[in-house]
Amino acid sequence: MIETMLNALQYEFMQRALIAGLLVSIACGVIGTYVVIKRVVFISGGIAHAAYGGIGLGYFLGISPTLGAVVFSLLAAFGMGAVQRKTHQRADTVIGAMWAIGMAVGIIFIDLTPGYKADLMSYLFGSILAVPRSDLVMMVVLNLVIVLMVAMFYKELLAISFDEDFATVENIPVGWMNMILLGMIALTVVMLMRVVGLIMVIALLTLPAAISAQFVRQMKSMMVLSSILGMVFTTLGLFLSYFFNLTSGATIILVAGVAYLLSLLWKNSGHLVFRKEG
Amino acid sequence: MTVQTEQKQEVIRIRNMWAGYENDLVLEDINLSVYESDFIGLIGPNGGGKTTLIKVLLGLLPPQRGEVQIMGKAVEQGRAHIGYVPQVVVFDRDFPISVWEVALMGRLGKRRLFRRYSAEDEAIVAESLRRVELLDQRKRTIGELSGGQRQRAYIARALATQPDILLLDEPTASVDPQVSGSIFEMLNEINQDVTILLISHDMSAISSYTKTVGCLNRTLFYHGGREVTPDMVSAAYHCPIDLIAHGVPHRVLADHAHQHHHEDVHS
Repeated sequence: MIETMLNALQYEFMQRALIAGLLVSIACGVIGTYVVIKRVVFISGGIAHAAYGGIGLGYFLGISPTLGAVVFSLLAAFGMGAVQRKTHQRADTVIGAMWAIGMAVGIIFIDLTPGYKADLMSYLFGSILAVPRSDLVMMVVLNLVIVLMVAMFYKELLAISFDEDFATVENIPVGWMNMILLGMIALTVVMLMRVVGLIMVIALLTLPAAISAQFVRQMKSMMVLSSILGMVFTTLGLFLSYFFNLTSGATIILVAGVAYLLSLLWKNSGHLVFRKEG
Repeated sequence: MTVQTEQKQEVIRIRNMWAGYENDLVLEDINLSVYESDFIGLIGPNGGGKTTLIKVLLGLLPPQRGEVQIMGKAVEQGRAHIGYVPQVVVFDRDFPISVWEVALMGRLGKRRLFRRYSAEDEAIVAESLRRVELLDQRKRTIGELSGGQRQRAYIARALATQPDILLLDEPTASVDPQVSGSIFEMLNEINQDVTILLISHDMSAISSYTKTVGCLNRTLFYHGGREVTPDMVSAAYHCPIDLIAHGVPHRVLADHAHQHHHEDVHS
């Protein structure tokens, strides 16, 4: 088993895929922690899907689809954040609409673009085996930005995640903090797009954090544990997909999903024992 | 007002204030003066505007008309003098935050961005936790605490802001009657150097512990008196009847099989 793994790693595309998986796991663990504890899973899903509009625009204008996705996901993040803050009713409806409109815009732009679009599916379902070196550099830079921002605003971000009203009364710039957080979610989404695709981004963002939340007592440790879990899931998923010739993004998500279910079972069986004793 | 109160500083001043949401007026022509060292309990039915009044005082909801001042300042500046204790609601029990970190949040407004908490901040937080008898629980997560302990953790966080005024929203909504009594005794002690304004639908607790009472149901009936007078009651229409109806199921649930779930049931 280990021998075949080492054999697989002789290929450069496998090396790059492994590194990409490890790199995205860092951003994923840190930002996923906020997504879970601040309960912005729905907005994050919206940002991911709306980013497809940017892919389409990128194709249409003949520029990098990744760049288009960055612009679109940031716009979607700020738009949805503003809607959630300003609209008192049915913010989720408006966010759901932006989610779908973003995707629709992408599809229409691609319709309008002449020529063959071979790697279109890779943005939707991921293509970790085809990560170019330039993307690895982008991942390192984004990781640095995210870790630096979180380190700088750790106590403010903890406060707005725990109790936004109290943070407002303490005159923390809650609006700005929220926008910074949503912006980081958008950038993480674009990173993850390479690995598991836009449709499944939300699972990789939330599952490691959701597992960690059950076992840790501090936001810092939740970030670290989520990152480690993300690394385990992407690596394991990558090799499983290699051996069984499966789609890598989907395999990674299934590994994470199974781990999440097992963690729930384990946690709840512990509760049952506790109740019997009590 | 008596002569005594007029010599004291007016810490909260509300004049002809109207507030509400888009097409839904919740508070009408509110006038209220809170003086230094007051301990005021406002009762009122659900939907009577208690939460709206708190939001206005915290600057979370701008009033539609009228004037609100805290320590003689506009709300956005004046709220720095308020220690806010929110209602304990059911929340994410897995939230990774310790009692200590929650109380430290009270120092957030005193720190500039990028600045770490100082040794002085930590001393203030330790003192606040000691006052609410939670210092030995500081390493537990907030989800591991009982309803009463969690309420005290929020009080510690508010005390850590070193407030002139403590503003509490339903401080005993999710606790047993005995715990409710101990929280009010703690507030009595805090009241020796902090003005307290609290809002609740638990009339029995309010009338036995606070210095003065008022009734809030769309309009405010407060005359600086000790008791809920019959004319206040009739003026605030069904207000006390609602209170009794809310009080009873509390006790029934707390004494029965649902004991370990009762906090969830109340909210």
